[in-house]
Amino acid sequence: MLVRIALGEVRRRGPQLRIAGPELDDLAYQAAADALVAITGKIGQFRGESLFTTWAYKFVLLNVSTKIGRHFWRNPTVPLATEDWDRLPDRFGFDPAREAEWRDLLAALRRAVNEELTPRQRRVFVAIVLNDVPLDTLVIELASNRNAIYKTLFDARRKLRAALVTHGYLPDELSRR
Amino acid sequence: MDGWSELDNFLRTDPRDVGCAEALEMLHVYAELSAAGGPVEQRYPGIAAHLRACGPCNEDFEGLLAAVRSGSQ
Ligand SMILES: [Zn+2]
Repeated sequence: MLVRIALGEVRRRGPQLRIAGPELDDLAYQAAADALVAITGKIGQFRGESLFTTWAYKFVLLNVSTKIGRHFWRNPTVPLATEDWDRLPDRFGFDPAREAEWRDLLAALRRAVNEELTPRQRRVFVAIVLNDVPLDTLVIELASNRNAIYKTLFDARRKLRAALVTHGYLPDELSRR
Repeated sequence: MDGWSELDNFLRTDPRDVGCAEALEMLHVYAELSAAGGPVEQRYPGIAAHLRACGPCNEDFEGLLAAVRSGSQ
């Protein structure tokens, strides 16, 4: 049953992963095996707030994500230490033909990344935003956990936006979405 | 969407965002309620805010939702 869920998940995510058939199946079997260990270890924590199967499936999904993160750590598409600021406009969909309008904004963003962020926040921002490193891969690279990396990025986002608001590049109000 | 609003959306943080640990802790309950068409946004606004901003947790949520639905067929 856990294997069926894991295989279903890797097939669901397969198209965006660039991992081939047998390797993908292997990843699913490993994730299901690790999930079984997690479920067995945590079974005392199941509080009946959902069906037992839903609770158990969650560990399959989390282990599939971890395995995928590890796969990209072993087979990186971009060297983790790269820092290519030229990718930034494309990353956010800025129109190259209108560079005159956004050049100053992105220069201000780069300045804020260099001046406002801690070294750790800067490293996480560069990896995830400039290099497109999956967050779960960065977790392995930095020997951390998803919650901590997300929080680091969250704090970096908040600081960077505040800096851009201060310098008049972004609006102050909260409503515009 | 142009680059300005895309960048703005990315940098905007929601103070209700509970983070990954808390969202994943309750993900099974959240996914089941969501699969049943329940009011997840109202009942768990902090988790909903997190899933909007966190790609990996949202991916796990989508996967769990698909698993719950496949099991109930
Ligand atoms: Zn998350």
